[in-house]
Amino acid sequence: MQNDLRRFRLTDGLLLALTLLPIVCGMAIKILFVPPGEGMDIAGAAIFFTIHAPLQELPITESQVNSWLVVLLMLFFSLWVTHGIRTGVSTKRQLLAEWVVEKTDGLVNDNMGPFFAGFSPLVGAVLALSACSSLLTLFGLFPPTSDLNVVGGWAIFVFFLITYYKLRCGPDYYLKSFAEPVSFLAPMNVISELATPVSMAFRHFGNVLSGVVISTILGAALQGLTASLLGWLPGVLGQIPFLQIGIPAVLSIYFDLFSGCLQAFIFAMLTMLYVANAFSLDVFQARQNKKKKIQSVS
Amino acid sequence: MLELAIGIILGCCALGAGAAMIAGIGPGIGEGNAVAKACEAIGRQPESRGQVTTTMLMGCAVAETTGLYALIIALLLIFLAPGRFVNILMRTIG
Repeated sequence: MQNDLRRFRLTDGLLLALTLLPIVCGMAIKILFVPPGEGMDIAGAAIFFTIHAPLQELPITESQVNSWLVVLLMLFFSLWVTHGIRTGVSTKRQLLAEWVVEKTDGLVNDNMGPFFAGFSPLVGAVLALSACSSLLTLFGLFPPTSDLNVVGGWAIFVFFLITYYKLRCGPDYYLKSFAEPVSFLAPMNVISELATPVSMAFRHFGNVLSGVVISTILGAALQGLTASLLGWLPGVLGQIPFLQIGIPAVLSIYFDLFSGCLQAFIFAMLTMLYVANAFSLDVFQARQNKKKKIQSVS
Repeated sequence: MLELAIGIILGCCALGAGAAMIAGIGPGIGEGNAVAKACEAIGRQPESRGQVTTTMLMGCAVAETTGLYALIIALLLIFLAPGRFVNILMRTIG
């Protein structure tokens, strides 16, 4: 009994340490391999190394590495939260895990209906991945969501989901959806179909990136202001960055915390709404019934 | 002469970026309207506050898209376009 408890505590501590490890790793990688920017430096993701693939060079960038770190962080956090989970026994973290799962289920059920109940793990994953990626800025790391390639990949994935669920209602339903409301508007519908992933990607990317750019500009401006106010003081006194203490944190509450979480929520929400709108349960069931009839006749 | 040409390119890129951000007016007015209406709705029916807020945030995010397109155009004009244009200029001169 005593031994079991000790092993439980040990695993617990290990999982918690592994949860925090990706952040520490990210900071170490950033300090070791990313060259420090000078002054107002708004550059994209740093490229660590390039793999020479046969078709095209495959650069491994900061955004990729940071996304892997976020995935690891979430994996170990989920393991920690669900470690020693039992029916009936309510530890605090079990309550947390149950709350998250219940909320996600409720959200999916409210917005997509009971047919899409299996979607809640995906929606939860999108929500958590996006929010954690944006919140990486709090640790001074490069947020993967401020790279268009990352959010572009997610948006293309959503686009495939939309197309898949439209095709499940039958190819004729898919083709007919382009001829709404009148058939000569079909080119417009094709454009708006293609604009869906583009606008989703740009919305998320633009919001996070604008936060990063504004923070950088504000930092540079405060640096300049401090230098011009206190620069005449001799020695170390002139180099105290007294304006840069606290003021950027106020903006960071909006741009990093609020905007990051809000954009994650909106991305997940739009995923749900687009997929649910693409699918028509009546048409799907009519098609299934027709298939069953054909099978029973033959 | 070359300096003048490059200067014109840089200046025009900066002007273009500034002009692109005029598009910020649209989402500003739109989101203001949305929030005003949401406030009215909450005032009329305080019990539906949660749902109104969620819907309003969604609507705001969608309305913001045009502004973000302008932002991306502006960023491209500042960071990407000058290098490209100067390269094109160099290539045409030879």
